[in-house]
Amino acid sequence: MSMTIRMALAALAAVFAFSVQAQEAPDALVKRVSQDVLQTIKSDPKIQSGDQARIREVMEAKLAPNFDFDRMTALAMGRNWRQATPEQQKRLTSEFKTLLVRTYSGALTQYRDQTIDYKPLRADPNSSDVIVRTEVVRQGQPPVQIDYGMEKKDGAWKAYDVVVGGVSLVTNYRDEFSEQVRAGGIDGLIKTLATKNGGGAK
Amino acid sequence: MKIGEHRRTLARLLAVAAAGAMLAGCATTTGPASPADPFEPWNRGMYEIHQVVDGNFVKPMVQAYVDYTPKPIQQTIRNFFGNIDDLFSAITGLMSGKTDLAGHDLGRVIVNTLFGIGGLIDVASDGGIPKGDWDFGLTFGTWGFPQGPYLFVPLLGPTTVRDGTGWVVRAYTGPLSYVPDVPTRNIMYGVGAVDLRAQALQAESVIDQAALDRYTFIRRAYLQRRQYLLYEGNVPPEKEDQQ
Repeated sequence: MSMTIRMALAALAAVFAFSVQAQEAPDALVKRVSQDVLQTIKSDPKIQSGDQARIREVMEAKLAPNFDFDRMTALAMGRNWRQATPEQQKRLTSEFKTLLVRTYSGALTQYRDQTIDYKPLRADPNSSDVIVRTEVVRQGQPPVQIDYGMEKKDGAWKAYDVVVGGVSLVTNYRDEFSEQVRAGGIDGLIKTLATKNGGGAK
Repeated sequence: MKIGEHRRTLARLLAVAAAGAMLAGCATTTGPASPADPFEPWNRGMYEIHQVVDGNFVKPMVQAYVDYTPKPIQQTIRNFFGNIDDLFSAITGLMSGKTDLAGHDLGRVIVNTLFGIGGLIDVASDGGIPKGDWDFGLTFGTWGFPQGPYLFVPLLGPTTVRDGTGWVVRAYTGPLSYVPDVPTRNIMYGVGAVDLRAQALQAESVIDQAALDRYTFIRRAYLQRRQYLLYEGNVPPEKEDQQ
């Protein structure tokens, strides 16, 4: 197959994927993506043997495109977001994304035979900002509520917050971020994040 | 993820002592870091102590318990203490006027005590009766008491003046304090504490992965979680949380 045909096909696939995404309701999106990820985790032999790099790869490919990392970083930064230069904002977003993907991957490696209940969406159908509620049910243990804050942007739904048992992954960083900024400025925070992520942005 | 599992009895009395000691030791606060945590320097000191004691003694022991005790036994122990928790959830739920929640929990206690060999088997969960997980701290919250300053208590973990007071009330009223034989009672306290600590093990590896500063991360997560429980999932948005 020639290069141009290949590229045209890829472009077509991208357009198709985009239009599917645009029409999909937010709760359907959460369900499709989480089932896809969990299915991959269950069936991928590399992941089953605890290959962290492979898990991250899957997360990057399947999960990350459905998150609005700019908004997440802005929320975690709070007031300090506007003090950051565009260049700093870019680096913050990139480091925070790496940290979140790693954390989430780590949590997923503990995934065993849980099932997920998807709660019916209680929102105005025309709303562009909704909460999708799910519940992870584990044998012999109390269920854990996982809620996704989702916003429709340019026709596609993206998650900007994950709230586990009432604890928002995003706002939970607000105190830590402002602490770091107070101590070493925005560059100090970027440095701390980069060190935490193992030496730099990916 | 369960962060700050600490509802049970064991040395809840320590909370009183710690609260007293804290009031004596909080003279030096630096900067308005977090309004919820005016005693941060003191609490960080307590946190360091906790890290040393927990990391060197408690955690390895609890990890061994998790690794080498047969799972059904661990589950039975958890069910036994869970049954006592349900009793208190029913009582405190009623005190908060949460009749549905209290009804479910009372139902759980009756079902599990009668048909689950005195609470050793959690029949009620299999039957789909939801667990309320209510406690004295939440009851005080529904009565309008604010959280008050955040506290970190070595071995017991994160709490606040309000929730810590709840622990103390619970410690004095808990059914285990009526066990007449002292060695038996102490063993039960010990097992309860180990089970409690075991529940937090899994969440911990996630915290290690996620946190830039564990102390701050745990504090925020604890306060968020308690707020969420108090409002049963419908927390009114904070002004501060707007971008």
